[in-house]
Amino acid sequence: MSVSVRIPTILRPYTAGASEVAADGGTLAEVIDAIEVDHPGLKARVLDDDGSIRRFVNVYVNDDDVRFAEGLATATPDGTSISIIPAVAGG
Amino acid sequence: MTASLDAASPPSPASPSSFGPARELVCRACGATFPLGDSYACMECFGPLEIGYDFGTVTHADIETGPQSMWRYASLLPVPSDIATRKNLSPGMTKLVKADNLAAALGMKALWVKDDSGNPTHSFKDRVVAIALSAAQELGFTTVGCASTGNLAGAVAAAAARAGLRSCVFAPSDLEAGKLVTTAVYGGTLVTVDGNYDEVNRLCSEVAGDLGWGFVNVNLRPYYAEGSKTVGYEIAEQLGWRLPRQVVSPIASGSLMTKVDKAFRELVGLGLVEDSPAAIFGAQATGCSPVSAAWAAGHDVVQPVRPDTIAKSLAIGNPADGPYAIDVARRTGGAIADVADDEIVAGIQLLAATEGIFAETAGGVTVATLGKLLDAGLIDPEAETVILNTGDGLKTLDAVAPVATPTVTIAPRYAEFRAFAEEKGL
Repeated sequence: MSVSVRIPTILRPYTAGASEVAADGGTLAEVIDAIEVDHPGLKARVLDDDGSIRRFVNVYVNDDDVRFAEGLATATPDGTSISIIPAVAGG
Repeated sequence: MTASLDAASPPSPASPSSFGPARELVCRACGATFPLGDSYACMECFGPLEIGYDFGTVTHADIETGPQSMWRYASLLPVPSDIATRKNLSPGMTKLVKADNLAAALGMKALWVKDDSGNPTHSFKDRVVAIALSAAQELGFTTVGCASTGNLAGAVAAAAARAGLRSCVFAPSDLEAGKLVTTAVYGGTLVTVDGNYDEVNRLCSEVAGDLGWGFVNVNLRPYYAEGSKTVGYEIAEQLGWRLPRQVVSPIASGSLMTKVDKAFRELVGLGLVEDSPAAIFGAQATGCSPVSAAWAAGHDVVQPVRPDTIAKSLAIGNPADGPYAIDVARRTGGAIADVADDEIVAGIQLLAATEGIFAETAGGVTVATLGKLLDAGLIDPEAETVILNTGDGLKTLDAVAPVATPTVTIAPRYAEFRAFAEEKGL
């Protein structure tokens, strides 16, 4: 099952500058593991030592913040688009 | 050798540093450091970056002889020392109003309102934008933008117009009409998005990464956030160089509250004020209260929410500085609470009726939360307190229009008015 993952500028050193990469996986956790195979080092930037999504990272699966869904267990069916975005704020 | 007047001379080595006393960017989460630039997230842990300084000696006289604007604190900000002579809106030095009538209504002894509706575009956002646009120019950006809940969009559009920069600002499409008009009038590009602020913010994060624009609250955020410190500096100076015992600040992203505390700590560190306790309290609208909810639950992590409140300028469901706001409240002996929309409207009316200050919804949140914290015994009515009004009620007329109406409508006849006056006992 192939999904597309948008990579923020800050992580593009791990993807040779690519702003989007393709990966396989039925859940967000599986997709992140798959990206790590092709782009080593990226996983540790997104997940902390406990394997949770870092406090200052937002991950969206088809436009939904995974914190409102199932977190790393959120399903990523074929054709899903995933975005990884550093948390910023200020109105 | 005398200085050459030749226009082709290279810049003088004595020219002011582009970022004044700022030396580096420091990750607030892990402490990693990076050179000054347009980075905003830590390469190690994604944590937010903030400015690290090397302050020299700063005296009361240095500040007091400065301009009547936030630039009197230029030596404490990431801006060149000649910033006051450059094209900007010169925000700040807003009034600190002694609010004796409101204090009496609430049973308090000494209360002040720091009224930032007096800024050039009528909100405290002029402060943060002024610094962000200085950084944008130093870093070579020619287009600036922002994700906004309203006030910021107008502040960016106005400051960009004055500085001769292009602007492209983004805001939710359901914003108050007053905020859309007071942004569009400055002539930049205003993109309204069918989504909430958090969705607009996310979109801007992606745009900033790909278009090479300076987004004041994305890739210029470390500079931008420092502007809020000037609220704290001014309060201390206007009180005669001392800290208030209690401060109540609204919370949207959580940045303002943490920066007021940072300002107080810096003034203490520089020996400009005595190290006296200054408890910082946070105020949210119940319809968007992720930080207040985390505080009440005793959590350090803020669970995002989907906002639903009339206080649109505070409607950030996923506040990045929320955990730091909690840290500040806990460390200083403050607290965080939230109030419902009808209480917000009542708060606006109370401030207007007692002090002649018409606050926007965020100000209503702060006044109502002050009342709630007093009732809960969390704020000491005997201790000197400063509340922050961050914006102007004229921008959020819709919120109070249903309750702020003419008392009566009569024909232009004296007898009719007399009858009304007698009935009302006027």
